[in-house]
Amino acid sequence: MRAVWILWLRQLKRYSRSRARMIGSLGQPLLFLLALGFGFGPVFARAGNGNYLEFVAPGIMTMGIIFTGVFGGIEIIWDRQFGFLKETLVAPVPRLAIVLGRTLGGATVSLLQGLIVFVICLIAGFRIHHPALLPIALVFMALIAILFTAIGTAIGSVLRDMQGFQLIMNFLVMPLFFFSNALFPVAGLPGPLRVVVLLNPLSYGVAGMRQAFSGGIGFDMVTDVVVLGALATVLLGVSSFLFSRIEA
Amino acid sequence: MLSQGKCKSQSIPLGSQVANSYDPPVCGSREGGIATPAGRTESAVKMESMIEVRDLVKVFGSFTAVDHICFSVPRGGIRAFLGPNGAGKTTTIKMLTTVLAPTSGRIRIAGHDPVRQPMLVRRAFGIVFQDPSLDDELTALENLALHAALYGVPRKEQGQRVESLLGFVGLWERRDDYVKHFSGGMKRRLEIARAFLHQPRVLFLDEPTLGLDPQTRSHIWEFVKALAKEQSVTVFFTTHAMEEAERVADDITVIDHGKIVTEGTAGALRQATGTASLEEAFIALTGRSIREDEASPADRMRMMRRAWRGR
Repeated sequence: MRAVWILWLRQLKRYSRSRARMIGSLGQPLLFLLALGFGFGPVFARAGNGNYLEFVAPGIMTMGIIFTGVFGGIEIIWDRQFGFLKETLVAPVPRLAIVLGRTLGGATVSLLQGLIVFVICLIAGFRIHHPALLPIALVFMALIAILFTAIGTAIGSVLRDMQGFQLIMNFLVMPLFFFSNALFPVAGLPGPLRVVVLLNPLSYGVAGMRQAFSGGIGFDMVTDVVVLGALATVLLGVSSFLFSRIEA
Repeated sequence: MLSQGKCKSQSIPLGSQVANSYDPPVCGSREGGIATPAGRTESAVKMESMIEVRDLVKVFGSFTAVDHICFSVPRGGIRAFLGPNGAGKTTTIKMLTTVLAPTSGRIRIAGHDPVRQPMLVRRAFGIVFQDPSLDDELTALENLALHAALYGVPRKEQGQRVESLLGFVGLWERRDDYVKHFSGGMKRRLEIARAFLHQPRVLFLDEPTLGLDPQTRSHIWEFVKALAKEQSVTVFFTTHAMEEAERVADDITVIDHGKIVTEGTAGALRQATGTASLEEAFIALTGRSIREDEASPADRMRMMRRAWRGR
């Protein structure tokens, strides 16, 4: 327990000390928010779908979370190459505790990152309708954070060096983001794309957040939570299995 | 009776009378080979040894990295483990420290089996790796606090132990500085302090003085020897610096091509090979050919690190 806590704390300290990283990873969501949020606004309104900024803001927050999360998990490669990982591998601590500490730490960091994007969205004009539902949105954000950090941890346990990083970003993380309901509504999508979007776990997270922010609450939220929670648990299991196979 | 091993540590062409003057490995007693020294029964040897290795084998694919090696290090002993690049040193240390599973053979660290009781073994040893394993983004104190938490050092004792160890290696004044601002020698000193923090019974050092200047090297060994003596810790280290092995170690074990070539004090090795220095003895034992290692990702990272940080 003490080990999980100290490794969680380590991730937070590293995050709070690396201002460049904090600001750097805000750049992308900010760009999307400004360019898409305001750029597509008129088209979206003309199509009768209402305020696009309102619609896209949860998606942009998600973007901040998943990129930071996957990166935080993949940091294992960094730790492996710079040697720190060995210190944890020879410690009298179960591998599961190491994975939990790291992943929860990374997830907390990406949740914080998501909250910063949330504040930026508020500044840009995003409004929430029922502040009482904010905790529910937070739950979704936390689940997305855990799920994607665990994905990062799993990948980081398998890759040997950072050369595969670009591959993961372009062929896993970007597609997961773009083929979800983060930027456009599911209704009216052409068949195959619709299937892909509905199979994408991220869609459930975004749907849940969107609903919580817009003040609707319904049974489908439970589905969203169950899908995300189950998947996050599975991914945690997978990542600790892959991590335990690392031989220093 | 101990199990029959295949250890061939005495198969080198040394004069048999010289070989007999060595402190033979525990499992040297099979094959009608070398008898255990008088007055020490095998069980007594076994009881007092902190590191015991018998018939240890590690095979990677078709390559046998470690081939039926045997040795033991008594409690409080300081043992140098020498060998050319690729001889099997690091592979052996990895198996002793639970991070690599042996193909076959038996290991006991402080009486525990790294394969079946990894947690007990990990609690019993401290290690300084060949490459720095500190978190550069944390301070010296934070690195030690992290280690204390991982090893379950009692909180009540933690502060006092940290202070005395950091004081001992001369880093107490720098305790709140980020490790990234430390020199190579300071990092090493911090790692040595860290390795002693949970009061291990065995200390492993894998080329701990690589890349350090002579002053720092001599300091590092002073710290290690003093701390090991104070806490009666058994020390097992690898190095390419023969004068260090000669100066620091009680006994020397030489490994090459995955096999133990010989074992004994520096004096006995020199005598057996008829050479004037341990370096010459080492070359006489392991040959003159240069061993080529393939660059691993770690090597490449080392080079990158040097390129980026000017070190």
